[in-house]
Amino acid sequence: MKKLSARRRHPLAAVVVLLFALAVTGGLYAAFAPAESAKADDSAQSLAIEEGKKLYAVGCASCHGTGAQGTSDGPSLVGVGAAAVDFQVATGRMPMQQQGAQAPRKKPVYTQAQIDQLAAYISSLGAGPAAPTKDQYSPEGADVAKGGELFRLNCSQCHNFTGKGGALSNGKFAPNLEGVNPKHIYEAMQTGPQNMPSFPDSVLSQKNKKDIVAYLDEVNSSKSESPGGLGLGGFGPVSEGLFAWVFGLGALIAVAIWVAARTAKAKKS
Amino acid sequence: MSTADTTTTRAGAQGRKAPAGERVADWADGRLGIYTLAKGGMRKIFPDHWSFMLGEVCLYSFLIIILTGVYLTLFFHPSMNEVVYHGSYVPMQGVRMSEAFKSTLDISFDVRGGLLIRQIHHWAALVFIAGMMVHMMRVFFTGAFRKPREINWLFGFLLLVLGTFTGFTGYSLPDDLLSGTGVRIADGLVMSIPLVGTYISFYLFGGEFPGTDFVSRFYSIHILLLPGIMLGLVVGHLILVFYHKHTQFAGPGRTNKNVVGMPLMPVYMAKAGGFFFLVFGIIAAISAIATINPVWELGPYRPDQVSTNAQPDWYLGMSEGLFRIMPGWEISFAGHTLVLGVFIPLLVFGAVLTIMAVYPFIESWVTGDKREHHILDRPRNAPTRTAFGVAWLTLYGVALMAGGNDLWATHFHLSVNSVTWFVRISFFVGPVLAFIATRRICMGLQRRDKDKVLHGRESGIIKRLPHGEFVEVHEPLTQEQLHTLTAHEQPRPLALEPEVDENGVVRKVKGTQKLRVRLSKSYYGEDRYVPKATAKEYQEITSGHGHH
Repeated sequence: MKKLSARRRHPLAAVVVLLFALAVTGGLYAAFAPAESAKADDSAQSLAIEEGKKLYAVGCASCHGTGAQGTSDGPSLVGVGAAAVDFQVATGRMPMQQQGAQAPRKKPVYTQAQIDQLAAYISSLGAGPAAPTKDQYSPEGADVAKGGELFRLNCSQCHNFTGKGGALSNGKFAPNLEGVNPKHIYEAMQTGPQNMPSFPDSVLSQKNKKDIVAYLDEVNSSKSESPGGLGLGGFGPVSEGLFAWVFGLGALIAVAIWVAARTAKAKKS
Repeated sequence: MSTADTTTTRAGAQGRKAPAGERVADWADGRLGIYTLAKGGMRKIFPDHWSFMLGEVCLYSFLIIILTGVYLTLFFHPSMNEVVYHGSYVPMQGVRMSEAFKSTLDISFDVRGGLLIRQIHHWAALVFIAGMMVHMMRVFFTGAFRKPREINWLFGFLLLVLGTFTGFTGYSLPDDLLSGTGVRIADGLVMSIPLVGTYISFYLFGGEFPGTDFVSRFYSIHILLLPGIMLGLVVGHLILVFYHKHTQFAGPGRTNKNVVGMPLMPVYMAKAGGFFFLVFGIIAAISAIATINPVWELGPYRPDQVSTNAQPDWYLGMSEGLFRIMPGWEISFAGHTLVLGVFIPLLVFGAVLTIMAVYPFIESWVTGDKREHHILDRPRNAPTRTAFGVAWLTLYGVALMAGGNDLWATHFHLSVNSVTWFVRISFFVGPVLAFIATRRICMGLQRRDKDKVLHGRESGIIKRLPHGEFVEVHEPLTQEQLHTLTAHEQPRPLALEPEVDENGVVRKVKGTQKLRVRLSKSYYGEDRYVPKATAKEYQEITSGHGHH
């Protein structure tokens, strides 16, 4: 008792009391709140749609129109589905920084929870592909070799052999797929964003998509191995040629100059 | 032991028994005549300059390619039989492929040292052809191709062309998706030739592309036919270098009739031997550091598949560029299609190479210079030739750039269409601008040389004179430097003979003759050179007041 009274006027006492009070309030809220939100699932859905609509009005409506019907600056989003919204917003492509040939990948603006709300709002406007579940896109248990074959057949003409990316007409491009979340690769195949054609399940089965995701995970991710040494970007003979000229012939010429300078001269000049 | 023995024998009983080495040499001379060979060969003099070693770089990388290539043939199966892969590279497990592709994977993953040898072979090939190109440029810009070396220039040119084709047939052997696409383009090229194209294509591939024959056929061409011819040409090239003696840059004591330098034995033997290992070392280091043609990432060739970044190795990048910038023109004539979009680039490719091959003959015809030349020109002292060479390189470089137009677009955030249009315009404008600019730069450098001869080298020291004037101290050149800077000749252009000869008869002047005189003027005309400093000018200036 004496100890407590001795520290009662300690400068930090107020802080301790405040923390204590906050913990109690928070604890009480946590104890009561779940009961309320667990009432009905569809009300959470409608809450998400409601929230999504608000986010949409602020971040998207200026180009896609107030009802997502599309304007001259952006396409209609009716029927694009949750997968498209998740891909575009979670990879940072939307909201767009500026109009251009193509929206590049950048840091996402919204949190995953907000993206889900946006997706809920957009899918409420018309049916479209839903976002895939983890076991659909996870590379585990997929056939990598089959994925490689499918990738070379369907994807590599734009994305290069191992998905390092490539040029398209008029400043458009197929992006590098290194470090892209498997979920987003899956969604891109489902929805065909920007200049990419879409590969619905009727064209590439769910298993095929999973195989492709696994192939990319094997050959174009941070854990990919390059048994021959530096990969030089994986762009094929152009970077190899540049390397051969600069470092191969460059080094040899440097050595030739060194050898020629270090010889018994017929006459000192 | 044996050396000690012979020394004692020699010291003890003179003349009784020659040393072992001498006896072996005598034995060999009696059968091979090595003494006569060695007398001329071993004391052969070579001048010293780093750029004279570029040819050596090519020779050594060629040897490296042959050595590593032999190793690769031990494990490569040149067959297009279809097999299913079950080797150690996981992402290819169970994929159907040709035996050629499978054996390339096996060389890369299951043969000891296979991947390193493969990479040495391929990197050395890129360096070999790059080396030949630079070597050729050295010979071109210094005028070393002039009489008596025109034939050797052609030998070198043939080596460059054959090296290119050997490279193409070589990288096509693994039957991977990238090279298969290249072979498909080659097939398209062949088919674009009017009348005979399709026949040649069927003949090459044993039927419709791709068929099942081309790998084994390319194999014979790649390991036997082309390298055999190239080896012969290399030997011929070297024999001619020995026969003509090496050229040298102008300098005191150096004339058109002598060679100043060091003897082959022992100096150049040691240097060349050491340089071989330096070349081998650098290529091996590069092969250990950086991967080349990772066929396991590319996958086996299937005609229904293709990838972006489908470029040839750099030495065919120029032809690739010509196809990429050519509009897809096509005309139909009497029921036959003429694919100009492919055929014209093929012709241009041939023409761009041929102009370099015949340049020595063009120059000697234009200038009327049929004398022997063993002293090299400094590029600035032959402005028109230098400008022509730079224009040619610009054309080559622009087309090479077009060959990678997609990578320019992605890496510099440009539109591939703009890159293509830039290249299309530069293809015509670039060489002209380069020609004009280079000629002006050469003239400027000649003026600088003249200034240096007459006024000396700028020392950077500023001196203040007693009456307050500031002057820069110029350091006079040594006698050797003066000689080197004024040793070049400044030939005069050809002139037409008078229209009427001494008997008053009108002379017939052929059109070619007029053209020749006009070209000759553009080579050596009034404004094409800066008259070099004469001894009189030099005397006048140097005998003066010390500064001016």
